[in-house]
Amino acid sequence: MTSTETVPDLITPTWDYAPAPEARDLATIHDTYGLFIGGEFVDPDDGGSMATISPATEEHLADVAVAGERDVDRAVKAARKAFGPWSKLTGTERSKYLFRIARLLQERAREFAVLESIDNGKPIRETRDVDVPTAAAHFFYHAGWADKLDWAGLGPDPRPLGVCGQVIPWNFPLLMLAWKIAPALACGNTVVLKPAETTPLSALLFAEVCQQADLPPGVVNIVTGAGDTGAALVAQTDVDKVAFTGSTAVGKAIARQLAGTGTRLTLELGGKAANIVFDDAPIDQAIEGIVDGIFFNQGHVCCAGSRLLVQESVHDLVVDKLQQRLGTLRLGDPLDKNTDIGAINSAAQLARIEALVEAGEDEGAQRWSPECELPSSGFWFRPTIFTGVGQSSRIAQEEIFGPVLSVLTFRTPDEAVAKANNTPYGLSAGVWTEKGSRILWMADQLRAGVVWANTFNRFDPTSPFGGYKESGFGREGGRHGLVSYLQEEPHR
Amino acid sequence: MSGPRLEVRKTYKLYVGGKFPRSESGRSYEVVDAKGGLLANASRASRKDVRDTVVAARAAQPGWAAATAYNRGQVLYRVAEILEGRRDQFVAEVAAAEGLTARKATAQVDAAIDRWVWYAGWSDKFQAVHSTANPVAGPYFDLSVPEPTGVVAALAPQTSSLLGLVAVVAPIVVSGNTVVVVASEQRPLPAVTLGEVLATSDVPGGVINLLTGRTEELAPVLASHLDVNAIDLTGWAGRDATELEVAAAENVKRILPAEPEEPDFTGVPRGPRRIVAFCETKTVWHPKGL
Amino acid sequence: MSRSLVLPGDPTDLEEIATSSTALRRFLQGLPGVDQVGLEHRVAKLGTRSLKKDAKIWALDLAISAVDLTTLEGADTPGRVRSLAAKARRPDPSDPDCPQVAAVCVYPDRVAVAADALAGTDIHVASVATAFPSGRASLDIKRRDTADAIEAGADEIDMVIDRGAFLSGDYGRVFHEIVAIKAVCDEAGAAAGRDVHLKVILETGELRTLDNVRRASWLALAAGGDVIKTSTGKVSPASTLPVTAVMLQAVRDWHALTGEHRGVKSAGGIRTAKDALKYLVLVHEIAGPAWLHPDRFRFGASSLLNDLLMQRAKQRTGQYWSADRVTLD
Repeated sequence: MTSTETVPDLITPTWDYAPAPEARDLATIHDTYGLFIGGEFVDPDDGGSMATISPATEEHLADVAVAGERDVDRAVKAARKAFGPWSKLTGTERSKYLFRIARLLQERAREFAVLESIDNGKPIRETRDVDVPTAAAHFFYHAGWADKLDWAGLGPDPRPLGVCGQVIPWNFPLLMLAWKIAPALACGNTVVLKPAETTPLSALLFAEVCQQADLPPGVVNIVTGAGDTGAALVAQTDVDKVAFTGSTAVGKAIARQLAGTGTRLTLELGGKAANIVFDDAPIDQAIEGIVDGIFFNQGHVCCAGSRLLVQESVHDLVVDKLQQRLGTLRLGDPLDKNTDIGAINSAAQLARIEALVEAGEDEGAQRWSPECELPSSGFWFRPTIFTGVGQSSRIAQEEIFGPVLSVLTFRTPDEAVAKANNTPYGLSAGVWTEKGSRILWMADQLRAGVVWANTFNRFDPTSPFGGYKESGFGREGGRHGLVSYLQEEPHR
Repeated sequence: MSGPRLEVRKTYKLYVGGKFPRSESGRSYEVVDAKGGLLANASRASRKDVRDTVVAARAAQPGWAAATAYNRGQVLYRVAEILEGRRDQFVAEVAAAEGLTARKATAQVDAAIDRWVWYAGWSDKFQAVHSTANPVAGPYFDLSVPEPTGVVAALAPQTSSLLGLVAVVAPIVVSGNTVVVVASEQRPLPAVTLGEVLATSDVPGGVINLLTGRTEELAPVLASHLDVNAIDLTGWAGRDATELEVAAAENVKRILPAEPEEPDFTGVPRGPRRIVAFCETKTVWHPKGL
Repeated sequence: MSRSLVLPGDPTDLEEIATSSTALRRFLQGLPGVDQVGLEHRVAKLGTRSLKKDAKIWALDLAISAVDLTTLEGADTPGRVRSLAAKARRPDPSDPDCPQVAAVCVYPDRVAVAADALAGTDIHVASVATAFPSGRASLDIKRRDTADAIEAGADEIDMVIDRGAFLSGDYGRVFHEIVAIKAVCDEAGAAAGRDVHLKVILETGELRTLDNVRRASWLALAAGGDVIKTSTGKVSPASTLPVTAVMLQAVRDWHALTGEHRGVKSAGGIRTAKDALKYLVLVHEIAGPAWLHPDRFRFGASSLLNDLLMQRAKQRTGQYWSADRVTLD
């Protein structure tokens, strides 16, 4: 009994959701931005400026200062000056500053969401429902820690580290800022943060929030720029701790650079997560989890489930359902409230994705994408699935950081574990099965810092996040995240 | 022609299930300031008020416990925000109730607000501090976590009318318990005003219930009530609690015992003791295998 | 499309499951589980779809035309039913372009009045039957109840399943009752010269788990139900978005398996246009565009209609509307 009927026997008109754009003028974008040092916006001393554009339209948004070495020194000096008084405040008072910031982020949430979507290219639905509320939640959570550090697990009255140099990526600009700044401040540190070159605007709006909160000058400093600015910050000798989120290559370079200096370091780097689907999985939710896993934020997610490992017996079923589901994804204007897939963040990233996809095709994997029209300007890439991918293929080994899923198969749990762990990375993994004991067995075997079972890409301020192996070290979130910003007793 | 304006006085009532009823008994009692001057008539709650209040607290408990810890933290933090807005009123009431100078009363009120903030922050942290992953000798996932015990009765401190009340109530509810609290007998007015703060906050009705009246009359009713899971005897300090504890034994209530003297609440507490005092520990086992 | 593309595991022969209770049980228990948290997450995300302008107007009209305008009270009189039928024919007397509803749904002893009042229209006459809402009567009574309604003029029967039998694992009993009522629909319908459609009410509020909803959905489809329906409206919770999502997945997968389009009806508790549009988004994105039709998706409701009319008037005139401006019934 088979049927290939696809044409309905009733005439049902197509229901095109009319454009539902969020009001762009909810966010104000200035023509130029200075550096945020010592509580005010200042011109760079020795740097120039760079343009930030909308990746969805390539429209020029603003000119943003580029911090040179002298500017980084100024920022670190401001942070050093602020460190004494800030670290001597009672936890209760620091806590109230952080609560203020959390509330300000909630109050100005839509403004941040719109700005982030414009500058980053990600859909407003995600900035509105994920990035901004989660960022506020991180401040709220860490506000509560500021006066409870005695219970962080390091014994009574743990001390902060000092000045933290923090370098964050472009995929979740505000959220990564929150992950970095909230715990640092809660523990009594001051920070110099460098946002990514292509997405500086939400960090600069956050600087305004610091002003509104009457945060003491110099506690938070924001230096914009490209790789050179980041390198200058890492190299600055008066920085006590470096926290970096970004590519594994840069992370390794930072580790080499800091070797022998004693500077504390945490790294949250790349990943090539396996999303493992067993034949007894809750299949419809697994499909959603696969889609969330790789197409959330256009796949610009370090813990993205970029390798689908599916049990052979359900391979065809999963791929078929996945293709059907991809047909309903809506790609387009990031500010449209119904958009599921936004723009690729930059021309350079688009070129990297295209190169790897080409490699996948050259290696003989089958490429599939749903029909969907791409806007004429901006950087766009169709959601893409590769089937018939071998474990040795580049698209099964290298981080693509785009909306590209590689489908591999396995026959037994051991084989799934072996394939999942067969990577230098170890950030995250997913397991889909209705059998609880198998979930926990798999979780034990998987060499990954986060294991999601029957869900994927879940983040919470209370839950430590971070990688095994070349995905980095240190955790962000929860009690474990605090330890990265507090002095530990010397090891004996 | 205009003479001095006559003030509009406030009626002080109970706070039960999100509403402000008078005692069903129709009774009230005089509340006086430190010098013996009349401040107001407060409602004098009865056995039946206790009965109704426990019903309200029980009804509210599952929903409150089911809220996420993050949500409970935000809701409690919001109480602190509203307290801050009513700071002057509380300073006046605490000064009158406790016979304090404005400066000392201000310090009490500020500490009370900060204590709310402190406990609000614990909502999504005390579990992490008080849970364990147990390395049992076998292929099992084994986790012990705290859970709220249910409906808690509390005798608020008799001396510290606001700070003491906050220091008793906030840790009980932050984990997901609901509370029936008997306010300081002689100094109940700040508690009633706290009820007004709660009523205009996002705390669901029935989560925090405030009774005023004779502690001696209400405490035995609460201690013997079989639908109360735990009792905080802080406000019974210095008195013989044997009868209360005997009554509480009937349904194996968890008891936070009275101390010889009421504690000084001004210092930051030594940890989330008061939170976990009203939590159960649940241990979950699950096999790990293929 | 091969069957393994619909369900995991070995393909099961749908004809085989009708032959024995064991085969039926094996089939239903072999269906993939529903993860509640994941499903609710997906539903909540779809709930954020934003419908503007033409998309909204089109959806409001579709929602109106998909309403089974319902009265199921002990106090129902012929007058009440006639008044409801008039509302069904002209929901908005001020606007001749306003679509009619799909059906009027009444108890069997009020069918004759409804059929008379709707004669000459395209509006269906639906009747609850089979000892609605509990279903606690013998099969014989249920068959008679059904035949009564059809003889009086009903062309849609809303039956209830035996939830007691379902929950105790007696799937065979539930299955055979549906088969028996379907046979009455066919026979009595043929005698009356009408196609009679069967809607099978799962009463999901009593089934509790989404796994049960999925099993009951497949059971009802396999037994011949034309439409699977969430609720009687007499049990709380009645229809919910997650439950409807699971049922839409079932008809979608049924279509992939058999090529047949079966329908879904969400009944009870849907009172606002805003909610109704969320249901239509689920229909659109989970089942697919082919289900955006009153023959394949219905709302069982009464007060919903007036909110749809108010929102429709608002879209038409630009003003927010007053309940005083829409007729009660």
